[in-house]
Amino acid sequence: MIDFELSTEDKAKVEEAHNIAQTLFRPVSRYYDEHEHEEPQELIDTMWNLRGKGFLTGLGVAGALMVEELCWGDAGLYLASPGPGLGGAAVFAAGTQEQWGRFLARFNQGKPKWGAMAMTEPGAGSDTSAIQATAARDGDYWVLNGEKIFVTMGHRALDLSEGIIVVWATVDKSAGRAGMKSFVVEAGTPGMKVEKLEKKLGIKASDTVTVTFNDCRIPFNNILGKAEVKTKTEGFKGAMATFDVTRPLVAAQALGVTRAALDMLKDELDKQGIKIRYDVPRSKQTAIERDFMEMEANWRAAHLLVMRAMWQLQGGTPNALEASMAKAKAGRAATLITQRAVELMGPLGYSRKLLFEKFMRDAKINDIFEGTGQINTLVVARRVLDYTRDQLK
Amino acid sequence: MISFSPTEEQKMIVNTVNQFATDVMRKKYRECDEAGQVPADVINAAWELGLVISCIPEEHGGAGWDHSALTGSLLAEELAWGDLSMAMHILSPSLAILPIVEAGTAEQKRKYLPQLCGAKFSAATAAFIEPRYNFDPTEFGTTAKKSGGYTLNGEKCYVPLAADAGFMLVYAVEGGSNQCFIIDKGTKGLEIGEREKNMGIKALATYELTLKNCKIPAENRLGGSAGCDCKRLSNLSRVALAAMAVGVARSSFEFSRDYAKERYAFGEPIAARQAIAFMLADMAIEVDAARLLNWEAAWKLDKKEDATREACLAKMYADNMAMLVTDYGVQVMGGHGYVRDNPVELWFRNGRGFTAFTGMAIV
Repeated sequence: MIDFELSTEDKAKVEEAHNIAQTLFRPVSRYYDEHEHEEPQELIDTMWNLRGKGFLTGLGVAGALMVEELCWGDAGLYLASPGPGLGGAAVFAAGTQEQWGRFLARFNQGKPKWGAMAMTEPGAGSDTSAIQATAARDGDYWVLNGEKIFVTMGHRALDLSEGIIVVWATVDKSAGRAGMKSFVVEAGTPGMKVEKLEKKLGIKASDTVTVTFNDCRIPFNNILGKAEVKTKTEGFKGAMATFDVTRPLVAAQALGVTRAALDMLKDELDKQGIKIRYDVPRSKQTAIERDFMEMEANWRAAHLLVMRAMWQLQGGTPNALEASMAKAKAGRAATLITQRAVELMGPLGYSRKLLFEKFMRDAKINDIFEGTGQINTLVVARRVLDYTRDQLK
Repeated sequence: MISFSPTEEQKMIVNTVNQFATDVMRKKYRECDEAGQVPADVINAAWELGLVISCIPEEHGGAGWDHSALTGSLLAEELAWGDLSMAMHILSPSLAILPIVEAGTAEQKRKYLPQLCGAKFSAATAAFIEPRYNFDPTEFGTTAKKSGGYTLNGEKCYVPLAADAGFMLVYAVEGGSNQCFIIDKGTKGLEIGEREKNMGIKALATYELTLKNCKIPAENRLGGSAGCDCKRLSNLSRVALAAMAVGVARSSFEFSRDYAKERYAFGEPIAARQAIAFMLADMAIEVDAARLLNWEAAWKLDKKEDATREACLAKMYADNMAMLVTDYGVQVMGGHGYVRDNPVELWFRNGRGFTAFTGMAIV
């Protein structure tokens, strides 16, 4: 039965997330935007303790809604919160039970830790098949070489904690996509080095780094999935399954920032005595009402697309199409809505006194990472046309 | 529990209606549009599916099913996917049935509902929109004054099947609130004008009508002294129309998608180019987005909660989406989309109408 009501238990979880966002994230939101690369230590410790009590450890619809709430508080601080992150999601999606134990157990014990994922290279962004990093078999080891950029939370995962990083590399360049595999590297592994801490437009509380691998040796069974290079794209497809999880989750991040802008806009309009009259005809709507309604409907539509993709995921239904739909829609909606909020608020929107300009800067990344809007649109197009990547480039 | 899966019963209804839309409506939509009418055999075949009388209590001749706006949305999308004019024609008795089932007095139900439960389709309708650019459904220009019975004055337009309807509901302001009144065919002061000519929905017979000191008995106020909740009825209508917008847009998406895979240019299907493929991807995303917004509004209405915000947002979104998607449908097909040999121009004309359509369907 079609139903939009959360269970009582899930509702409580989402409320808890909202509460944390409001009391823990939002008050320091501006501070960590203006003090890039400073550690929000108190927040990190609190989030780690909450994690120990089971907070935000599950995926599914409720998990996505909790992510939305936390990013309503602050998207950068959400990313800075300790936990397995995208690297963990990859291990969870493609790893064995033995690997779950070896790599994920650490996120439930000891000091705060982070997980990161390294895919992008200076010469390979959206085109992940162009990855140059190599993994060479050497007896019971893999030897990694290459350079990875734009690694979210790489600094905290590898320099500040005993975390993990999932690295994409090719085991056979001549095999193209089929040669592409992912490997787990633990913090402190010799040959791996964090090189550069990026300065960014937004989500400044999160760290983004370059990681280099020089003859970095890791155990053979740190590979996620099978080592053999088999059919043309089998291995690649397996790795791509990670996106079915991570794309709706990143879309949920976009939704949080977007709703933060909408809520703040509504508050500011309320202060001016402006209420949105939903049921008046177009001829009687003010320009602000019309804009606001379009913004709200776009946010909600994206929200529902994300919920649908997560609902499919938790029910074990293939969701690659819907995950990309959700990501494409949410990324674009976040960009447009947060920019419109700045525009509508005029000098208040552009000023750093309020958070509108920050929401706009934070939102933009969501249309870029975990697949740009264009890449997700391409995935949707291929799926609705039933085209292969060769048929639709 | 969050779920995006219709019930088995809803799936069955969708399949049945889709079959009908494919086998009957899609075979005749063009000839109906050109001729400006829906053939009786189509209407009667649809009538036999029992779609519009299912929510009428058994004692009054219906199937006695619980009304569900969500189920209604699902079937309205499928019917409109078949053809919008036919869908509105087939569903038009609901314009009278649903408000009476929801808000009518026992006497009104007893008197009017059985009239619509015959073996064949019988027309009934509602007069909602008024012929002015700034028509406001929260504040009708048509008035009803109490003087023993009620005296109605005003103008309406886009009234489906007004000339054939045995009775109709008329929305008007009475004593500062929006109310609904039942007017029988032939009542003095109810003047039905010429059939309207519109850009789209050409097969659907719609009319302007004028109410000139039209007097009706006091018992014809819908819901009697309690009146009716016009806000809820408006929201049920928004959900129905938004579902239809989704249906029309989906037709255009599917047709232009299939065309783009077969049409070759520069040595490959045009769908193999991102310029076309991305339009099709956007169409797919927007159709789904509008559908989900509408499901949420319908779901909230089924819980008997105020869903004004959700229904208005869903309708607005679906109106805009239908314009965009049906325009893209024509654009993807280029000159072949512009000629009447292909259906996308018809869907474009129909899709453009949703910003004007209010209160013309209800589920």
